[in-house]
Amino acid sequence: MIGVAGSLRRIGAMIRKEFIQLMRDRVSFAAMVSIPLLQLILFGYAINTTPRHLPTAVLAYDQSSLTRSILAAIENTKYFSITHHPVNEAEAEHLLRSGQVLFVVEIPAGFERAVRRGESPSLLVSADATDPVASTSALAALGRLVETSVRRERFNLEDAPEGSGLEKAPPPFEFRTHPRYNPAAVTQLNIVPGLLGTILTMTMLIFTALSVTREIERGTMETLLAMPIRPVEIMVGKIAPYVMVGAMQAAMILGAAVLLFDVPVVGNLALLTVLTGLFILTNLSIGYTFSTLAQNQLQAVQMTFMYFLPNILLSGFMFPFAGMPTWAQWIAETLPLTHYLRMVRGILLKGATSADLVQNILGLSVIMLVAMFIAVKRFRQTLD
Amino acid sequence: MSGREVDGGDLAAQDSALATGPDYAIDVQGLSKSFGTNQVVHNLSMRVRRGQIYGFLGPNGSGKTTTIRMLCGLLTPDEGHGTCLGMDILTQGRAIRRHVGYMTQKFSLYADLSVRENLEFIARIYGVPDAEAAAAEAIVALGLEGRERQLAGDLSGGWKQRLALGACILPKPQLLLLDEPTAGVDPKARREFWAQIHDLAAEGVTVLVSTHYMDEAERCHEIAYIAYGELLAQGTVDEVVAGSALHMWRVTGPDPAALARELMEVPGIELVAPFGTSVHVGGRDRAALERAVASFAAREELVWRPDSPSLEDVFIDLINRSRDNFR
Repeated sequence: MIGVAGSLRRIGAMIRKEFIQLMRDRVSFAAMVSIPLLQLILFGYAINTTPRHLPTAVLAYDQSSLTRSILAAIENTKYFSITHHPVNEAEAEHLLRSGQVLFVVEIPAGFERAVRRGESPSLLVSADATDPVASTSALAALGRLVETSVRRERFNLEDAPEGSGLEKAPPPFEFRTHPRYNPAAVTQLNIVPGLLGTILTMTMLIFTALSVTREIERGTMETLLAMPIRPVEIMVGKIAPYVMVGAMQAAMILGAAVLLFDVPVVGNLALLTVLTGLFILTNLSIGYTFSTLAQNQLQAVQMTFMYFLPNILLSGFMFPFAGMPTWAQWIAETLPLTHYLRMVRGILLKGATSADLVQNILGLSVIMLVAMFIAVKRFRQTLD
Repeated sequence: MSGREVDGGDLAAQDSALATGPDYAIDVQGLSKSFGTNQVVHNLSMRVRRGQIYGFLGPNGSGKTTTIRMLCGLLTPDEGHGTCLGMDILTQGRAIRRHVGYMTQKFSLYADLSVRENLEFIARIYGVPDAEAAAAEAIVALGLEGRERQLAGDLSGGWKQRLALGACILPKPQLLLLDEPTAGVDPKARREFWAQIHDLAAEGVTVLVSTHYMDEAERCHEIAYIAYGELLAQGTVDEVVAGSALHMWRVTGPDPAALARELMEVPGIELVAPFGTSVHVGGRDRAALERAVASFAAREELVWRPDSPSLEDVFIDLINRSRDNFR
């Protein structure tokens, strides 16, 4: 009994000590309280697995009241939001490849006339099927909902009373859907390229996030600062080795993606290499920034995880980007993974060119420069 | 100063140019530094002549490390100005660093790099012309042959200290700032360390060394005593002792601890320090001290002898008085 009492007392002393240390580390304590709540609210409202209001381009070669009714019906399904009106096929193709729209609805010339003649013409709907989750339910809704609504508005109510048999008549027009890039809706084709970005984010951030705090914790920073070396020189010297590590990782993952998961390489591999380099550099810069903000290695790791979660959840890696509310999309635009996913999926699956990805290239570059700027500014040249 | 980095051939010429610069390696006035509301260094001025060994003494937390960090540009003083090796400490920090070797209180080489890798790294950062040769030379000078592949973190305390000093002097600095370099080092290693410091001084290197050890203070050409961020005394050991105007008696008797407690209460006695079987007693008012001593004449078990103040007596007196002033 005495042994148990003694043991409990020692455990009690240990618990007490742990609590004191926990409360003393302000950053960790704040993280414990605020971050879970913040993330719950953020992700709870942002994530939507049956996405609606997906960006859609309409290539209208026929402008008529019928086509307007059809487009209104399409939007009324809530799955589609007509955001672009390209003037030709090349422009529509670019919108689809760059990921700005998920669907292109093409209304052929003379469409209304063909309907009047009872020729049952087709509306061509091209869908970006790289992410099956985003496109499948929308495409399923298209035929059924739009047809019913158009029929009711323009044919049933005007021409044919209920039960006249017209409902069973051949449809006045039909949708021809064309799932592009991943027609078989293989999930891996979407996930595996995404994993390349996700894995690189994790490893690159951790490497550099620890680099400055480690020097401070071990006391070597004082020696380093007392030497004639500039902060920028320290940063470049610390980041450069990991660019090579990242390039190696990327090559391995990409090789496995092609060999094990049959991920196609439709686009230009050289472009992908350059952009992967940019992505690696961006993540290393952000990790380095964390390193200059954190007071110790534990905090650096915590920051990395706090940052990693939105990257996974909001970037479009796990859930369709287009399904998120606008404010969440704006947050996601500040995350490098969002841009890189568009690049890697675009190049591998859709054959996107640098012209298709120019917005993402710019976005990633801006994020990198901001991170580097903060890192150099934050890096304390003195111990003040 | 970037010439040193670019052109190794100019090294000697530059160094001699530096050596013929101003007479003072360190010349600073009115340095102050606060962290939050805590003023760590207050209006500190000091001058250290070239080629001197300058001892920097003071209790823990007195501002020694902060002062050293301000001298090598690791901290920016709130107030004050001055020069290090003739260069402005406020604006020419980087140039100063190139010619200053700073040895931190805590071992701060890379524990996970080998002895040789550490030395080569430092040589390359400072732009020493042939880094590998310089490191090899330093390893021989340190007596670390055969251990150059050992990780620096695995060395014993004494060897770590030697390596840290070796790393400090590898880029041939004009000024060494050593922050408690001999803390936790055994007496033999300390002796060797001081021999090396004197050799360096003989070659013209200026050395500022902070320490807690009185015997080390006496090995310095000049000393400065700092407490609560203020410089309290400065000069040669003899000057500092003479300047204290302290008069001392040594009293021997049974139970010196009880005697010391008793003596502390006696008016005229300002300083009481038990010292083995005897007690050092001191005061600055000679007459008052002698009256105090005379009041013990009836106690036959006590033996009183006049004594001269030691450096330690002087420092304890200084710190007692400065505490009265500042706290």
